[in-house]
Amino acid sequence: MLRYIMKRFLMMIPVILGITFIIFAIMNFTPGDPAKLILGEEATAEDVAKLRTELGLDDPFLVRFARYVINAVQGDFGTSYRNRQPVFNEIFDRFPTTFKVAFFGILIAVFIGVPIGILSAVKQYSIIDTISTIGAMLLTAMPGFFVGMLLILLFALKLNILPATGISSWKHFVLPSLAVASVTMATFIRMTRSTMLEVIRQDYVRTARAKGASESRIVFRHCLRNALLPIITVIGMNFAHQLGGTVMIEAVFAIPGLGSHMVTAVRQKDTPVVMASIIFVAVVAGLMNLLVDILYTYIDPRVKTQYTKG
Amino acid sequence: MSTAGKAKRRKRSQLSLIWFRFRKNKLAMLGLIIFLMMIFMAAYVSIFGDYEKAITMDMPNKLQTPSAAHLFGTDQFGRDILMRMMFGARISLSVGLLTMVLSLVVGSLIGAAAGYYGGKVDNLLMRIMDVFLAIPSTLLAISIVAALGQGMFNLLLATAVSQIPAFARVVRSAILTVKGQDYIEAARACGMRGGRIILRHILPNAMGPIIVQATLNIARTILGISSLSFVGLGISPPTPEWGSMLSEGKTMMRYYPHLILIPGAAIALAVMSLNLIGDGLRDALDPRLKN
Repeated sequence: MLRYIMKRFLMMIPVILGITFIIFAIMNFTPGDPAKLILGEEATAEDVAKLRTELGLDDPFLVRFARYVINAVQGDFGTSYRNRQPVFNEIFDRFPTTFKVAFFGILIAVFIGVPIGILSAVKQYSIIDTISTIGAMLLTAMPGFFVGMLLILLFALKLNILPATGISSWKHFVLPSLAVASVTMATFIRMTRSTMLEVIRQDYVRTARAKGASESRIVFRHCLRNALLPIITVIGMNFAHQLGGTVMIEAVFAIPGLGSHMVTAVRQKDTPVVMASIIFVAVVAGLMNLLVDILYTYIDPRVKTQYTKG
Repeated sequence: MSTAGKAKRRKRSQLSLIWFRFRKNKLAMLGLIIFLMMIFMAAYVSIFGDYEKAITMDMPNKLQTPSAAHLFGTDQFGRDILMRMMFGARISLSVGLLTMVLSLVVGSLIGAAAGYYGGKVDNLLMRIMDVFLAIPSTLLAISIVAALGQGMFNLLLATAVSQIPAFARVVRSAILTVKGQDYIEAARACGMRGGRIILRHILPNAMGPIIVQATLNIARTILGISSLSFVGLGISPPTPEWGSMLSEGKTMMRYYPHLILIPGAAIALAVMSLNLIGDGLRDALDPRLKN
């Protein structure tokens, strides 16, 4: 088991390197001279040239990339062009907020979406099934930030029971999390429904019914247990995706998270900050998926035997 | 000559069979009708008024509620919201379609090469695609906009790049299923080259899943464009775009909710109709998949 986890960790390294390379290569196209950005418009040509050599901007692309990776491995992701602070100070300050919004959002989506999905599979073609299918269809089509604005309109401006912006108490996280949950919930409903429907038709479910197992036992012990694997995969993928996707939600609710930080950095052409943020989120997302894979082995003994053998 | 005619006839009958199954699906037909109406609206919006009307400010008439002169009211700069919404459809749909074509072509080529040649080529290409998939799509798009700057073309590129891996995967798996068939072997025996076999024999037979993916892809692109514009990294004002309309309406939504409800509904309708078409096509193309 431990060997499997180690192996998965090692397999993440080339992926992270690849991500870094892609982002580095994309950022390389940024027009404008970073040295001029740092020194301001009225800097002399000599100063700019001096800083360029200092930062190593005149070196070939691959040399700069190698240097970036070597420094990054040692924990140095460069300093912001704007405030000359190490980029990770602010990323670490802001990440917990983004994480909270995404985490609560996924949590809500799981606790509402999965039961609804189960229910509409068990009672296929019933009223409940129709309503939940239509609901999921509508939620998939609405962008999360639009749902967020509707929530503000209803709960903050009309009913006045929840705050619209800020992060100072748990109440502030309710609406953003619901907004994050909206689209994800729709995915969970659809996914749970279709995997449950697949499982319900299996022979072992008929056997369980034939031997007289109670309906709830059949649904939870026999069906859900087997349908859980693909559902968990989707949950993991969505969580990873939401970590990068809260950018718009943060804009709606004026949340000082990583997403809004990134948008500001993009506008200011603060390349080191943009790069470090994206690499950071991509790595966290990768770890998330790894965690899901490890979780599999606990849910499904078949997966475990596969790895302990090999 | 006769074989060509035969092949054509068979293809047509299959197409009509797919159309027959698609037509029976009421939701899919609803999606198709909504989508066609949007296309029509985007193509012929100039009949209803000039583009000028959608972008020039008219302060005396600002923030009007829906009336006969302005069916959906006006925004805080006095611009007609209906006109802006309709010109917004033009942008969203054209960028959506172009993005789809771009990522379809690049993704198909990558997927086709990976699936057809297999082995090392497959491994290398698909690992690269995995890396692209590992970056959350919003972030990948943001980084491209950050590097290239704002603008319609860069936005198109940014959304297209993050969609390429999905196409590559679909095309690759489609190719793997038809690769072993006898007619591919026959084509090779006739001395056809790899590229020609892929284009002439493999891709046409793998069209089904690709079309489904393409439909869903346009929906995702429309969401992506409006998201980026919403945070100010996409199409910038005064160009009418649904996402930036939402962003502009945000400050005023307390007293004038129609400012956000209309562009929001436009996005939702467009995305929903495409999703319905995509689902309907999937069922029509492969009835076994339907549960």
